[in-house]
Amino acid sequence: MSDAAIPPGILIERESANRPNYLNWSHTVKDWLLTSDHKRIAILYLISITFMFGLGGIAAMAIRAELVLPHGHLMESETYNKVFTMHGVVMIFFFLVPSIPATLGNFVLPLMIGARDLAFPRLNLLSWYLYTIGGVISLGAMICGGVDAGWTFYTPYSSIYSNSNISVTLLGLFIAGFSSITTGINFIVTIHKMRAPGLTWMRLPLFVWAHYATSVIIVLGTPVVAVTLGLVLTERLLHIGIFDPAIGGDPILFQHMFWFYSHPAVYIMILPSMGIISEVVACFCRKRVFGYSFVCGSTLAIAGFGFMVWGHHMFITGQSVYTGMIFSALTFIVAVPSAIKVFNWTATIYKGEVVFSAPMIYALGFIGLFTIGGLTGLYCASLTVDVHINMTYFIVAHFHYVMVGGATLGYLAGLHFWWPKMTGRMYPEGWAKLSAGLVFVGFNLTFFPQFILGWLGMPRRYHYYPVEFQTWHVLSTAGATVLAVSYIIPIIYFIWSLKYGEKVGPNPWGAAGLEWTISSPPLPHNFDNLPTVTWEAYNYEVPHADEEVDHSGGIVGDEQPSH
Amino acid sequence: MSVEVAHEAHGHHPTLHHQFEDLEQQNDSYVVGMWTFLVTEIMFFGGLFLAYTVFRHSNPEVFADAGHKYLDWHKGSFNTVVLLSSSLSMALAVYSAQKANRGAQLLFLGITVLCSFIFLGVKYLEWSAEFREFHLPGPGFRYVTDAHIDTAKAQIFFCLYFAMTGLHALHVIIGILIMSVIGFMIVARKPCVQYYMPVEMTGLYWHFVDIVWIFLFPLFYLIPKNG
Repeated sequence: MSDAAIPPGILIERESANRPNYLNWSHTVKDWLLTSDHKRIAILYLISITFMFGLGGIAAMAIRAELVLPHGHLMESETYNKVFTMHGVVMIFFFLVPSIPATLGNFVLPLMIGARDLAFPRLNLLSWYLYTIGGVISLGAMICGGVDAGWTFYTPYSSIYSNSNISVTLLGLFIAGFSSITTGINFIVTIHKMRAPGLTWMRLPLFVWAHYATSVIIVLGTPVVAVTLGLVLTERLLHIGIFDPAIGGDPILFQHMFWFYSHPAVYIMILPSMGIISEVVACFCRKRVFGYSFVCGSTLAIAGFGFMVWGHHMFITGQSVYTGMIFSALTFIVAVPSAIKVFNWTATIYKGEVVFSAPMIYALGFIGLFTIGGLTGLYCASLTVDVHINMTYFIVAHFHYVMVGGATLGYLAGLHFWWPKMTGRMYPEGWAKLSAGLVFVGFNLTFFPQFILGWLGMPRRYHYYPVEFQTWHVLSTAGATVLAVSYIIPIIYFIWSLKYGEKVGPNPWGAAGLEWTISSPPLPHNFDNLPTVTWEAYNYEVPHADEEVDHSGGIVGDEQPSH
Repeated sequence: MSVEVAHEAHGHHPTLHHQFEDLEQQNDSYVVGMWTFLVTEIMFFGGLFLAYTVFRHSNPEVFADAGHKYLDWHKGSFNTVVLLSSSLSMALAVYSAQKANRGAQLLFLGITVLCSFIFLGVKYLEWSAEFREFHLPGPGFRYVTDAHIDTAKAQIFFCLYFAMTGLHALHVIIGILIMSVIGFMIVARKPCVQYYMPVEMTGLYWHFVDIVWIFLFPLFYLIPKNG
């Protein structure tokens, strides 16, 4: 992209190219493993999360391979149960929940608000260690013996009857939960107290807003699931439990407590992704995000309403019909703020100077797939329809449209968007566009047939099925193969670009935002001088202000009019 | 001019960390962080309080019977007084820390730790009595009463009792560890405790632990007899 295409922005060249940046100021293993630098911790998280994503993906491919044939020739039923449990546990707890906040959020958030680091850098490092320890314990249990309860760990099967490695897995999840909590606390304090002078709440990038809402959900929700899983653990180990009906306990109470976290957890996964889409769409349409304040409000509304809808997972548990009606109505309400976001992104694109770069293609894919995922969510939220489609592949397809089509595509969009900032090198654009297209095709081929399967009555978590479903299953497996290839390509070219990628300046996209005013890769302490912000977020439409280069590290420029 | 050199004070105060501009920002961050942490703690205990509410609502007569027959409200009240006293001494420790009075700080932290040990000691007596009565949930559970209640369901009462007081006791133990470490650091004149913030944050945590007990005490020991 040429400099001429860059409108206002805050593009500066500096002599910092030769100064040691956060990657090369030291090379010892100790300096990486004991670092308190948010950027290095983000890289540590990126490596661990990619590893987990790979493992979860292998489990997914095993599931799809098994389902090609209607009578499951590849593995026994017990093994199949363990494989889909591993896929769920790894993807939810070790990939989707920490993916964006712990990697991109960790890296970019302090840069966006003009801070030298998160408020509690050592807590941040502790978070990664908790994640790693929890991950090793859970993975060890799932690989050496396996767990067959599904990622939801419903009682009383998980607490009394299952003979698989549930206790150890739960211990790992319990520990990993605290890594999530520490990240949430860190972000909340950082956003409240570490913003640069002049960076008011209504000037914050939407990525920051999204992480604020996410952190609130983490702080309020994660402790509840921790204590719930802890109770299953004590029930298995010490007989101190409250979910066993034989002693007056209530297995349904587990579902209430579990979904009180695990439904909002869906928003933990999707909200940061939505924040990325706002950044990417604004940048590649050269426009301010349409209805900025409404997008902020809808972010908080999603977080708030997200806590009041957990009962829609339990329509068929025999809960009161009136309870079901209220949960159903509240679930429909969540669609409103979600739709506000989709409308606002679309309105931002409208009449924008759209640049079809790889992050933008991912973002466009997100908008389409998230819309399908959201609208099919309304089918599931309707009481009577849900009785028909609950526990079928319709649900599986629905949440994969939101979790993979939404959260993961957003994650990839963000990874491409900030890759030059993180590494100082550009990925190969052609390959990136190819894999962005492949993800979209492969994804739809994998999961659209599952809507049809579910509608026809194929239950989830079964690997024996009537022969007439086979065509759809084969299509789905073919799609999964394409999807797998489209995930492997970025891993290869990202690693390739570390050495051979074209070197970039501070602002290769001509993007607005404080993170683009500093060198790529950033200096260890981010900013030489902390900036004072006098402009609103996404000031792409402001006429190019006169700018000078301040070699001490900051930006000298005329104040830009806010409007 | 849109750039300010705003960190002249940087690095002047020995306890100021590099990511903060000044002590005020650092203190504010500590306070906000600690309160946010306490919110997570409330939610953590909240799950158990929810479970208590559900099961007491469905088995009021079992809870009343078990609470009256087998929990001694004298010991519970004594422990409440002990813990409230520890809260007072913790508040005084924070006050002395703000006044930079080393001796008083150590004295009051010591009293707080002493009270915590007394609390745990009484809790030990109570728990071991329950163990002797076969009230530990599991296959060996036994419950004797002359009231007309479903004795099988008494187990849920003791599950909640052990889970909630156990989690609370764990928090007391963590509190003792934190206070001891801070006490030793004050004795060793470590720079990070020259400043009052660590003691103040410990104080916030300790008051939270006390408040949890203020709820646990009536819920388990003072259940009305007629349900």
